Amino acid sequence: MQNIRSPISQRVMKISPSGIRRFFDLVSSMEDVVSLGVGEPDFVTPWHISEAGIYAIEKGYTAYISNYGLLELRQELSRHLKSRYSLDYDPNSELMITVGVSEALDLALRAILDPGDEVLAPEPSYVSYMPCTILTGANFIPVPTTVENEFKVQAAEIEKRVSGRTKAILLGYPNNPTGAVMDRAGLEQIAELARRHDLIVISDEIYDRLVYGVEHTCFASLPGMKERTIYLGGFSKAYAMTGWRVGYAAAPAEFIEAMLKIHQYTMLCAPVMGQMAALEALREGEDAVKEMVMEYDRRRRAIVKGLNEIGLPCFEPKGAFYTFPSIESYGLSSDEFVERLIVEQRVLAVPGSTFGECGEGYLRCCYATSLSDIEEALERMRRFVSSL
Amino acid sequence: MKEILELLEKDARLTAEQIATMTGVPASEVKKAITKAERDRTILKYKTVINWEKFGQEQVWALIEVRVQPQRDVGFDAIAERIYRFPEARSVYLVSGAYDLAVLVTARTMQEIASFVAQKLAPLESVLGTVTHFLLKRYKEDGEILDGEEKARRLPLTL
Ligand SMILES: Cc1ncc(COP(=O)(O)O)c(C=O)c1O
Repeated sequence: MQNIRSPISQRVMKISPSGIRRFFDLVSSMEDVVSLGVGEPDFVTPWHISEAGIYAIEKGYTAYISNYGLLELRQELSRHLKSRYSLDYDPNSELMITVGVSEALDLALRAILDPGDEVLAPEPSYVSYMPCTILTGANFIPVPTTVENEFKVQAAEIEKRVSGRTKAILLGYPNNPTGAVMDRAGLEQIAELARRHDLIVISDEIYDRLVYGVEHTCFASLPGMKERTIYLGGFSKAYAMTGWRVGYAAAPAEFIEAMLKIHQYTMLCAPVMGQMAALEALREGEDAVKEMVMEYDRRRRAIVKGLNEIGLPCFEPKGAFYTFPSIESYGLSSDEFVERLIVEQRVLAVPGSTFGECGEGYLRCCYATSLSDIEEALERMRRFVSSL
Repeated sequence: MKEILELLEKDARLTAEQIATMTGVPASEVKKAITKAERDRTILKYKTVINWEKFGQEQVWALIEVRVQPQRDVGFDAIAERIYRFPEARSVYLVSGAYDLAVLVTARTMQEIASFVAQKLAPLESVLGTVTHFLLKRYKEDGEILDGEEKARRLPLTL
């Protein structure tokens, strides 16, 4: 490539490669690693759902379908959002099926942003938010959250950063990596602010079903918010379907139309067999979801108690399947901590700094793993911190 | 209580402390509940599910259909008891349909099972007839898949 002048685009160069690559390489050469570093369920997809996918393939559902996605699935989703959150979305114009929330997020950002626009998003946050924003040419403005507020974003902190170029707020609750859940009052303040400054809200609610002892409030269901919200929902986490690559967006027709324009030229459609399986999940998957949530809740209690006992203080997360313990008192950066933890005790966690500057001083530990692995990891981490 | 039993049914080795952590119920209460369930035989026994083929030990299983003549006053219970007292009988069920008792039997050889049926079961007074099905392969036992254990095929690190 020697004689190609600046072969890679400025925008892509602005995105730094994920720093965790080297931990990945480090552990792939090791045996006996206990990993708290995953971001997906340890359950396999409930069999009746997989079976529906297999049946779809057997029946010859192997072709392209509507850009919007399977109509039955959109209709079922429309009913689902109505019964769960009293929301009315027209399956013909206000709902589209995407290749996971990942694609829906990218579409939403590209549909609304121009170069120079600004997006406000709480940090620590999911790793895709910043790069996907930067790829549109817009600027990503992090809004730090703190453990004192249990990592709930404060409306006042958002408002401080609103400028003439602010176009949207990007929320991700229940939160990856902190496990934080927003309460209704907090979201209402953000809604009020969005109205006052005429902002669009993209709400990534992929973890909506994974909450423990609290209710999830759907942002679009707040008074007046449906019209300015792009709601992103998925199947990956609640139904243990990460590999099927199905998600969706629900929003006013104007947004969906714009997102669909991009989707039809870049993705065409989400895989039809995955959509058939997702349909089965929505129709018959409720018991499986409840059972998995109960199991996560047990592990959540075990890991929170364990971390606090071994000297890794951690607030009680009420959603998703992550804990976010503090390592501040050990004087190591979260990168160093994680590297030494792997080398010395073969436990893998994710450095908090991966999720934004204000995640420094923390680790993300996922509890979507067996209780015996959690206990083993805790015991090894105890040995590690007592050696520091 | 129901949750404690469900947890123990899946993993009998959980300690009261572990169950307490997972459920949020104080350990002393968990202990009390378990002791009570053991006393009143809600919890019958703690066992291990073993794949003997893997260990290399041959084990023969048979499902025996038994047609019986029910007896006055005691119905099927008396004859069922005569049968379930035999240690060879691993499980005994009263079923609806073409026969009455389903008896699951294990032994080391087919010969042993054949002689159990011929010498012990068939001659019982109210037994009208038996049909013996030898099991050719056990796929799933008590909810556990014997071969091809399902490991979650996940990457160790995803964000
Ligand atoms: C907050 C958040 N949003 C979106 C995604 C991507 O989900 P999907 O599998 O639907 O693309 C993830 C996956 O880790 C996530 O944690």
